[in-house]
Amino acid sequence: MHDTTAHGPVFTGERRTRLDEILARYPTKQAGLLPALWMAQEAHGWISDAAMAEVAEVLELTPAYVKGVVTFYTMYHRHPVGKYFIQVCTTTPCNICGAEGVVEAFLRETGCGELGATSDDSRYTVIEVECLGACGFATPVMINDDFIEGVTPENVPDVLKRYA
Amino acid sequence: MGYPHPSHPKETVVLSEYFGDADARTYAGWVKRGGYEALRTALAMEPQAVIDTVKAAGLRGRGGAGFPAGVKWDFMPKQKSKAHYLCCNADESEPGTFKDREIMRWTPHALIEGCAIAAHAIRAETVFIYIRGEFTEPIRVMQAALDEAYKEGVLGKSAMGTGVPIDIYIHRGAGAYICGEETALMNSIEGKRGNPRIRPPFPAAYGVFGMPTTINNVETLTSALHIIKRGSDWYKGLSLSNPKSTGTKLMSVCGNVVRPGNYEITMGFPMKELIYDLCGGVHDGRTLKAVIPGGSSVPVLTKEEAEACLMDYEGVVEAGSMLGSGGMIVFDDSADMVYQMMRIAKFYAHESCAQCTQCREGTAWTVRILEKILSGKGEMGDLDLLLDVGEQMTGKTICVLADSCAAPVGSAIKKFPEEFEAYIKGARSPAGVFA
Repeated sequence: MHDTTAHGPVFTGERRTRLDEILARYPTKQAGLLPALWMAQEAHGWISDAAMAEVAEVLELTPAYVKGVVTFYTMYHRHPVGKYFIQVCTTTPCNICGAEGVVEAFLRETGCGELGATSDDSRYTVIEVECLGACGFATPVMINDDFIEGVTPENVPDVLKRYA
Repeated sequence: MGYPHPSHPKETVVLSEYFGDADARTYAGWVKRGGYEALRTALAMEPQAVIDTVKAAGLRGRGGAGFPAGVKWDFMPKQKSKAHYLCCNADESEPGTFKDREIMRWTPHALIEGCAIAAHAIRAETVFIYIRGEFTEPIRVMQAALDEAYKEGVLGKSAMGTGVPIDIYIHRGAGAYICGEETALMNSIEGKRGNPRIRPPFPAAYGVFGMPTTINNVETLTSALHIIKRGSDWYKGLSLSNPKSTGTKLMSVCGNVVRPGNYEITMGFPMKELIYDLCGGVHDGRTLKAVIPGGSSVPVLTKEEAEACLMDYEGVVEAGSMLGSGGMIVFDDSADMVYQMMRIAKFYAHESCAQCTQCREGTAWTVRILEKILSGKGEMGDLDLLLDVGEQMTGKTICVLADSCAAPVGSAIKKFPEEFEAYIKGARSPAGVFA
């Protein structure tokens, strides 16, 4: 599916300055790619083909190359997601502590219904993720940039109150 | 200490002394606790003397491989003809492992100090700390500490006023387990897909940006600072079993235990005491079934093997597995080993970079065959098929991700055959979503 989303440029003003500072750390422009993609996602909430083209131009890469990198890393969104993007760890250590019940609770309480789908009010998207690296605090959940430990099916409604 | 629990008298608290102590996160708090003394000492030493001290201490890589850190540092060119780099591997993503996260959250200046000491030893002027993208809090804490360290003159063109230039930057990952593999990490810093590289050339000759590079785990670098501070003899003395394994190790214990968390033990400490005394054992009414001792990529130990295991690099191998990263996943008798092996295989299938056929296809087929068994459609021949696929995935690829999938699955089939057979013979109903 061809993405024709158009939005304002990412690298102007403060963001351009910040990118230039970051680029000064590396001997190549290409090394600025992951940081630049983070900035693009921060600006628009996801990374459209237009944003990839802009990143490519700024870093003197081809859009195809940039897309190849974007698709490798799971944290870059290639489609718009809900206002609150919820990632629940379901890998083995959390799984044996009941992580799949936490996923079910989030799907039910947010009205998303199924994994990867965005709720009708565009507020929530819930996905299962592989190991979040906080296995001793099962089940860890990320909501946007917040990292929440010890989530259980029972406390999901309380957790969600902070993300209305 | 057993963060998030109080310290246990059987722990040897070195790296974890200030876990949970928010004051230690600040520059002033760190200095008050003796921070940056080791860096000052190291900067006054010749780089080779720093390497020799770490070598003599016997410090081995805490990321999983257990390669002697000082020997690795010694591989770097002694005559500097181009830029040298240090990469700190903070891409902690191995299921069961969550120790580096605590080091960064609570003692960010300890990691900065360790990085700067290593940078001096290998004559690197630039350090990249590669932190996994999901670790938003550690990234914030580390960045705040770095800002302070620059402000206080610890880092920069003249580290601590000694004329040695050391810059440290954070490079944020974006969701890829494979970037914890050293050469994939370097590619990721360079703005590429995180595909591991064929070796040789090794990083000391051709690393990040094609320059001589050393890469060490967070815990390894943080341990180095204590070696400089207290001496190699002290460190070497921290060994309860095999003298080839020295120092303390942060063990991340998770799964079915009463008190999961990080516990710092002296190398050679008995696993039985860690599980039952420090972690409080399994929950009431449950019994221990199995332990994966070194992050999910190593063979499963049975209850008997685990209870007899001494935790150092040699001891865990003797028990039939590997110490790896020290991420211990504890399973009690309620755990379904078939389902959990499917989840582990699913992890590796998801995280395969897909460069090598054996890995891309092998991990995916391992998941599919396990799902077939879980749905009640398995045949006895599937177990041999899984073992055969596992064998084709072992030692045949650019990196060890494929091996990491085959090891736990193969060992579970051999050690818990009755659980697999129960599904195949219809003695057990299809599990979960496969019902």
